[in-house]
Amino acid sequence: MFLEIKDLSVKIENKNILDKLNLNIDKGEVHAIMGPNGCGKSTLANVLAGKEDYEILNGSINFKDNDLFDLNIEERAQEGMFLAFQYPVEIPGVNITPFLHSAINSKRKRMNEEEIDNLSFAKLLKSKASDLGINIDMLKRSVNTGFSGGEKKRYEILQMSILNPDLAILDETDSGLDIDALKIVTEGVNKLKTKDNSFLIITHYQKLLDYIKPDYVHVMVNGSIVRSGGSEIAAEIEKDGFQKFQQ
Amino acid sequence: MNSDTLNTLDTYSKNKYKYGFVTEIDNEKPKKGLNEDTIKFISSKKNEPEWMLEWRLKAYSKWKKMKEPKWANLSFPEIDYQDIYYYSAPKGFEKKPKDLSEVDPKLIETYNKLGIPLEEQKVLAGVAVDVVFDSVSVATTYKGELEKLGIIFCSIGEAIQKHPDLIKKYLGSVIPPGDHAFSALNSAVFTDGSFVYIPEGVKCPMELSTYFRINAENTGQFERTLIIADKGSYVSYLEGCTAPKRDDNQLHAANVELIALEDAEIKYSTVQNWYPGDEDGKGGIYNFVTKRGLCAGKNSKISWTQVETGSAITWKYPSCILKGDNSIGEFYSVAITNNFQQADTGTKMTHIGKNTKSKIISKGISLGKSQNTYRGEVSFLKKADKARNYTQCDSLLVGNQCGAHTVPYIESKNNTAVIEHEASTSKINEDQLYYCRQRGLSHEEAVSLIVNGFCKQVLQELPMEFAVEAQKLVSISLEGSVG
Repeated sequence: MFLEIKDLSVKIENKNILDKLNLNIDKGEVHAIMGPNGCGKSTLANVLAGKEDYEILNGSINFKDNDLFDLNIEERAQEGMFLAFQYPVEIPGVNITPFLHSAINSKRKRMNEEEIDNLSFAKLLKSKASDLGINIDMLKRSVNTGFSGGEKKRYEILQMSILNPDLAILDETDSGLDIDALKIVTEGVNKLKTKDNSFLIITHYQKLLDYIKPDYVHVMVNGSIVRSGGSEIAAEIEKDGFQKFQQ
Repeated sequence: MNSDTLNTLDTYSKNKYKYGFVTEIDNEKPKKGLNEDTIKFISSKKNEPEWMLEWRLKAYSKWKKMKEPKWANLSFPEIDYQDIYYYSAPKGFEKKPKDLSEVDPKLIETYNKLGIPLEEQKVLAGVAVDVVFDSVSVATTYKGELEKLGIIFCSIGEAIQKHPDLIKKYLGSVIPPGDHAFSALNSAVFTDGSFVYIPEGVKCPMELSTYFRINAENTGQFERTLIIADKGSYVSYLEGCTAPKRDDNQLHAANVELIALEDAEIKYSTVQNWYPGDEDGKGGIYNFVTKRGLCAGKNSKISWTQVETGSAITWKYPSCILKGDNSIGEFYSVAITNNFQQADTGTKMTHIGKNTKSKIISKGISLGKSQNTYRGEVSFLKKADKARNYTQCDSLLVGNQCGAHTVPYIESKNNTAVIEHEASTSKINEDQLYYCRQRGLSHEEAVSLIVNGFCKQVLQELPMEFAVEAQKLVSISLEGSVG
C-alpha cells in the first residue's frame, strides 16, 4: 500500500479532532474527502504533512514503506509528499525562483539525484509556468506576497508541478476561486496525474469534482470517515447536503 | 514556539566565529595607557608634522574633561582607558612597505585567509583595497590606476604627509574633536584609516574598500577615515572588519567623515563583523563609532548602507547633515544581534537646506538574549522649506528572550516639512517556517531565507560585489557553524 492510515486519533489543545480514522490510497488513485466545516479535513492534511501542533493519540500512518511519524516535515516533503495549502502564507522578500530552486534541490539531494543548476531550473520553471498560464513576471515576485487568492492557488499548483510529488494533498484548493481560476487549477492537476502518483483532494463543495474525477469519494464527519464510494456520493451531497451523513 | 524552532535557535546561538584566529607576529607597542606621551609616541611613529601633534593634544585635553555619552540602551562595565594599548604595528613598519615583497608573509597569509588577497595578480577585480592591520595600513591596491584620474586613495597617515592642505581643511570639519568623548578620543589617538579625494567631475570607476583587522591583544583600534567628493564627482566606498576571538573586550572607536560638494555623491557601505563575543557573552569588541556625512553643496547625496552583525556592543549612528539645497541623505541598515550582543544603532538626519530629502530604512533582527535598539533623530531647521523624510523601522524577533526597541526623535522648526514614519515589530512566523519546510527546506534554511527576505530592501543597496557576501554573512550570523 502506498499510503495507509490506520485507526488515527489526534487531538489539539485538549480537543479531539480525528477519531480512529482509516484511509488507504494506492498508486495512481485520486481520492476526494468531503465533509462539513470543522469535521477535521484540514487537520488530516496537516497531520500528514507533519505540522507539529497536533498530539497523536493512537494509530499509524505508513507512506512508501516509511513510518511517517519517524520523518519530520521536510523529510516527508523530500520523500514526495506535497501539501497545497488552503491559505498560502506570504513570505516577503523571498523570491519565488530561488525558493523553488532550493526546494527542488533538497528533494533531489535526499533521492541521491544530481542537483539541478540555475539555468536548467529557470528553463523548467518557465515552461511549467507557461503550461499553467502563469505570467513570467509573477516569477520575479516574492513568495505569495501581494498575490490575489487565485494567484496564490495557481502558484501552489506551479510548485506542485515543479516538485512532482508522489502524493499531493490539496487542502480546499477550490475555496475562493472563481470559475476561470478553478479551471486552470484543475487542468493543472489533471495534467500532472500519472499512474505513479496519487492525489488526496479535500473539499467542501462538489464543484471541484466536476473538473477532477476522483476514483473514490469519502465523507468525513466528526473526525472519521463515515462513508466511502464513487463519485455518486458527491452528487448525493450536492443534493442533500451533509446532514444525512451526520446522524 | 515549537520544539524544532527552539532546537534551531539553540544551534544558532552556538554560532561560531570564522575569523577568530590570531596571527603570530611580532609587534611594536608603546606602554599601555593614555597620556600625552602616548600621543607623542603615535605622532612620532607616524612621522607627523608638528601641527598634527598639536591637533591631537588639543583633542586629548578636551577628552580629559568629557564623559562618555550614556543615553544609549547599552550596559557594559566602565572602560579602563589606562589598560589599553593605543598603538600596535607589525615590526618593521616604520615606513610603509613599497611593495608586497617587503611585507611579512604571515600578514599576506592572514588576509588570504580572510579572503582579501593582496598579491597584484590576485587582487579583487574592480575593487581597490586599503588594508589596515592593527594600527597601520599594510597595502593599497590599484593605486596607480586611480592616480591617473587624479583620485587620491591612501592611508590617512600618508595623506597627512602628502596632502596637508586637504587634511587641514577637512579633518574634523564634520565631526569636531570636541563633539563627544569618543570623537575626542579618536582625534587624540587615531592611528590609521583611509583617505579618499575624488577630484571635480570624476566618477570613480571602481569600488574603494578598506579592510580593518584588529590582531594584537588589549589593543584599541582608532581608525579615522576621511572622504571628500569634489563637485560633480561620485564614489562608492566599502568597509569591512574582523578581529580574533579573545576573552577580553577590545575597544574600537572609529571616526568617519564624508564631505560631498555640489552635485557630488558618496555611497558608503559597511559590513561590520567584529568578534561578537562567545555564547556566554564573554569577550567581543566594543564598537563606538561616529560616522557623519556633510552634504555641503547643492544637489549632493550621501548614502549610508550598513550590515552590522558583529561586536559585543555597537554604538553607531551614521548621520547626514543636509546643508546644500536639494541634497539627499539615505540610511539603510541591517543589524543582527545574537547571544548577549547589544546594538544601539540608527541615524541622524539634519535638514538645513531647502528641498532636502532623507530616507531611513532600518531592519533589526534579534536572537538569543540580545538587545537591539533603533535610535534615530530627524530634524528640520528653520530654512528647510519643503524638506521630506521617510522612515521605516522593522524589527524581527527570533525566540522569546531577546528585545527590540525603537526610539525615533522628530523635531521640526519648519511647518512645510513632510515626515512619514512606519514601524513594525514581528516574530518569526511559524506558518512561514511550516510552509518552507513543507517544500523540503530544512528548518535552518527556512529561517535564513526568511531573515534574508526581511533584510532584502537593505541588502540590495550594497554594491553588487558585496551583496552576495552580505547575504552569506546574514545566514552565518544565524547558523550553527561554517566551514
